[in-house]
Parts: sequence; structure tokens; C-alpha cells
Amino acid sequence: MELTKEEEAALDGKHGETLALAYRILVAIGKATGADKLIPVEWAHLSGVNYNTIGDAGQEFLSHLSKDAKFKIKTTVNPMGFDSDTVSKFNLDEEFITKQQSIRQSYEKMGVIPSFSCIPYEIFELPKKGTQVSFAESNAAIYANSISSLKTNKESAFSALASALTGKSPHSDLRDEENRNPKLTIRMKTEPVDELTYGLLGYFAGKEAESSVAISGTKGLDKRSCKSLCAGMGTSGSCGMFTLGEGEGEKIDFDYTEMTKVKDELNTSESGDIITLGSPQLGLEEISDLVAKLKGRSFKKRCMIFCPRAIQGQIRTLGYDKELGGAGGEILYDCCTCLTPLVDKHDVDAVITNSVKGAYYLRTSNGVGVNLKSLHKIIEEETK
Amino acid sequence: MNVKVIVRGKVKGTVLCAQKPVNFLGGIDKKTGRVRDEKHDLFGKFIGDKILVFPNGVGSSVGAYTIYSLKYNKSAPLAMVCLHADITTASGCAISNIPLVVAEKKDYESLKDGQEILIDAIEGKIL
Repeated sequence: MELTKEEEAALDGKHGETLALAYRILVAIGKATGADKLIPVEWAHLSGVNYNTIGDAGQEFLSHLSKDAKFKIKTTVNPMGFDSDTVSKFNLDEEFITKQQSIRQSYEKMGVIPSFSCIPYEIFELPKKGTQVSFAESNAAIYANSISSLKTNKESAFSALASALTGKSPHSDLRDEENRNPKLTIRMKTEPVDELTYGLLGYFAGKEAESSVAISGTKGLDKRSCKSLCAGMGTSGSCGMFTLGEGEGEKIDFDYTEMTKVKDELNTSESGDIITLGSPQLGLEEISDLVAKLKGRSFKKRCMIFCPRAIQGQIRTLGYDKELGGAGGEILYDCCTCLTPLVDKHDVDAVITNSVKGAYYLRTSNGVGVNLKSLHKIIEEETK
Repeated sequence: MNVKVIVRGKVKGTVLCAQKPVNFLGGIDKKTGRVRDEKHDLFGKFIGDKILVFPNGVGSSVGAYTIYSLKYNKSAPLAMVCLHADITTASGCAISNIPLVVAEKKDYESLKDGQEILIDAIEGKIL
């Protein structure tokens, strides 16, 4: 990868330790992905915000970094571990809360927009088509490439951080038009067509595909299903984009047998003690739809509903908070199902969710069972 | 064998081979380095102080912090050898100073569990 004189100087530490570190990350990724140069990016979306995922190592790293680092471009962030307004209702220890606040402060000191959301594509105005961005959150990177017509690689927490600090990213993979054409098509050949099936399809596609995949035979791909597809794909693989319709090259079917195999891997329990909705977080459209679906019914079990803070005002104005509260739902802002410290295996044996991504991390990270079913089934079976 | 250097360094150690890709965030305990994904072929094994040989990293972008945490908690692999280096693994190794190399398929497949190797991720060789 060729660097300009200025970039070389920064890599050599002539502009300080922070930029040297950022360029060291960019150079390593550049080598890994066979980039020819660094190019400007306009927006970085960072992961690595939840203390539960980054731990003391991450908290100390960010605290040190924030002493002199400033973000150079628009920078937004993923969910953190809890919603500060309701944290006292949960059994979280002081240390967790203090360290999470320290992470939040470090990011704010560096100039972040404190969005704490995994759906930046839904809550921010998008730049013009083809704009290069640097999105770490995997569902957001896939959504940005596939639906929002932006260009990003499936960035890591550190590669997006390096982009935020330098305004640059290596020119490779999905940033290059030539590599965006999928070499594999997955044919959707199963029913029912709901967000759960699309999440499972995403999980399957992520395992099979390289950086880009074509998906054919889709029906009823609404926003909920689309987000579910992106999140499933981001969880299982390194694939960072899909196109709709049959592409060139190899074709494989996602049929009932394949769907069952994926579901058996992720669905580990026949029922659950609590329900979580979100991962990705629910946007206003999904909240409104949930309210409509619930009309008059209420959850039989505790139900946590994860949303971005950005829609809190609208949720209140439209009275959705009262309606969902009345139905036994708890809306939580700034956080999400994935890697949540709010679900503790000492209190909960299994969680009911429609999120394939949530299912993977609840099992591996929280160590609880998962009953995976569609929102339609959740409302049918878990409300009265 | 000749390898492509992604993160520089030189280290000697014992090979631990994974058949499946690794999701660092969900799959590995960041404190102990134990593989906690029961569906993974390395389930129950510890990746610390080994030379981890695996096809590539998958899943969450926060996996890069898991690699950094493993180093901080002294449970990190000595070095990593991949078939395709992904952005999460490359950036995690870069920030943690863990040597990372990419091997050609036939060389990659010749690496066996328990084998003692020297990774020279300066000259780009495995001996």
C-alpha cells in the first residue's frame, strides 16, 4: 500500500502517539485486504462501547486515548450496556456503572455524537449515494452497503476508530466498485417469509459467502426483515453486503432443510422466562407496528424493548411509551440485546427473541438458553 | 514456508489449529482465553500462549477489543496464522502487537496441532 509523505510521517510518530497508532492499524488492514492506498471517509460509526464487551482493557485504553485524541470526521457510536434512566431497576454493580460512564465520557471527550445506537442508517440523515463511510457495527455496515447505497468495508471496532481519528480508510474490498459484484447467489426457497426466516437466511449466507452475496427469491422484505437479514449475516461471517436478485456464478438454495439446520444451532430452548425485542434496535416504524399488533393484548412475561435514544421524543409524543408500558413492555434506550449485562444467567434460564444475532450472543456470551421465534409467534404465544 | 506479514514480530511456540472460523467476541472468553462456543471445534481449549492457526475471523467488529483484552489479561495467542486475514483480526493484532501472518493454502494445511514452529513475521517465514 502506498502512503503519502504526510501519512508516512504520521505512521512514524511525527504527529504524536495517537495518530501513529491509528496509522499502524490502517496499514495492517491495508496489508490484510490488499489495499493500494488510503482514501477519505466522511463518517465513522464505532463499536466497542459496552463495558460488557470491551472490559477493563478497553475502558483503560479509551481513557488514555481520550487525553489528547480528537475525532476528525462525523463519528457515531454503538449501544452501551444500559439505559442510565432505568439502570437502578437492574442488578448491576457499581463498578460496571462507573466504568461504563468512563467509556461514555472518553468517547464524548473525543467528539463523538452520543447516539448509542446500532441502527445509524435509520436515525441519521444519510450522505449522498456512493459516499465512503467506515461502519464497524456489522449489521450497520451491511445495511449501509446493501440498502443505503453507501460504501464501507465490514470494519472492526479499531479500524473504524482509526478512520475516526484520521478521516481515512484503506481502499480495498467493498470500497472498490469491482469487488461489490457477488460471486454467489443464495436462492430463498423456504416459508414462512418473516423476519426470523430472513435472519436465519442471513446467518446461513454469512457462512457461505465471501465479501458480497446475491439473494434471490425474496418476498415481503420489509424493514424489520431487512434489518434481521443484515444482523444475521453480520454475526456468522465476514460478508459485508448483499444485492437482490440472481447474480452470476455459483447458486445455492436456502431451503427448509438448511433453515432447520441453522435454527437448530441457534434455538436451544422450548420456552423462556423473558422476552427481548431488538438487535438491531427497533426504529420508530417497528415500534408503531408493535403497538398496532399488540392492541389490547399484554405480555405474559417481562418484555425488554431496545431502542435508540434518538426516537424517545417521538415515542412519547405519539404515546407509544404508555401503550407499550400498559402492555407490560419496558422500553430501554441506549442499549441492546447483544452482550447485554441486563440478562443474567443466575436469574434467567432462557430468553425468547426474534433476533438471530441476539440468539447467538445470548447463548455464547450470556450463557442462557434461547427460544427463537418470530414476532408474530411471540405475540400469539406470549401475550394475552 | 513463506508467508505474508500483516503484523510484524518474531516468536516460537506450539500450534493450535481451529477448523472453523473464530468469532472472537462471542466465541472466546476475554479473561481466560478459553473457547466458550460449544459449537466450535476448539470448545473448552485455551488459546493463550499458543500459535493460533485458523481460517479467518468472523462476526462482531468488537472482536478486535477481545483480542486486545486477551493481551491485557495475558491470555492472548503468541501469534496467529490465517488463511484470509480479516479486518477484525488484523486490527486487533496490530493494536496488541501480536504477530499475524497469512499462509498459502497448501502451507496452511500442512500446519498440525502440537507442532513447534518459529514465526518470523519480519522476514515473512515460518520455520
